[in-house]
Amino acid sequence: MARSHKPIVWSLFAAGGTFAAFVTPAMIVVSGLAISIGLLPAEALAYDRMLALLQNPFGKGFAFLTVFLPAWHAAHRLRITAHDFGIRADLIVAAVCYGLATGATLLAGGALLRL
Amino acid sequence: MSRRPYTRTVSAASWWLAQPRYIRYMGREVSCVFIGAYTAVVVIGLIRLAESGAAWGAFVAALQTPASLIFHGFALAFALYHATTWFNVTPKAMPVQIGDIVLPDSVIIGAHYAAWAVVSGLLFYLAGG
Repeated sequence: MARSHKPIVWSLFAAGGTFAAFVTPAMIVVSGLAISIGLLPAEALAYDRMLALLQNPFGKGFAFLTVFLPAWHAAHRLRITAHDFGIRADLIVAAVCYGLATGATLLAGGALLRL
Repeated sequence: MSRRPYTRTVSAASWWLAQPRYIRYMGREVSCVFIGAYTAVVVIGLIRLAESGAAWGAFVAALQTPASLIFHGFALAFALYHATTWFNVTPKAMPVQIGDIVLPDSVIIGAHYAAWAVVSGLLFYLAGG
């Protein structure tokens, strides 16, 4: 059987899609909507609390996955969707999509290591 | 060149406007733009947090602006659409067979929705506690 990089890309897409389905909606509410609509007190995102949360190895790992997996899912789906919108330059599209996901992953990893 | 070249009668860019089910398909696919954009917001937040307390404070203040609320509202709508479409195809992506018993689609989908409720509840609990 011919070797292909597809299984790696596909498994990251599947893992990312699953993570994005289970976790991302709640995360969007918690970080982007909850305080404004009064669902959570402003202290929920207080500096000291977030710092303690993300200095914890589990918090760090979870935050890393929150970026890494959905980013790869979005990158792969965006690449395929570009084709659906009539863009046929797949090599460039793939480079941009996976490049953005790699950049996001590295930036997140770097920030988490500095905490 | 004696033969007439074949020309597509369907637009490569706007074919999906032809039928509601194509539009729903594109809605599902476009959800990735919002998932990706939200991921970028998280990355910016992590960078600000690593910078200083003041930088984090400014980031949280920016999250309360109307523009941010509108973005997160759309992001939530697309994330929910992604989640439901994702869970609804799980029986096709990974059918479960135990011996002679093939688990019905509704059981597989239902288990995912139940797990989704537990995970979301846990995240809200941790965020508030």
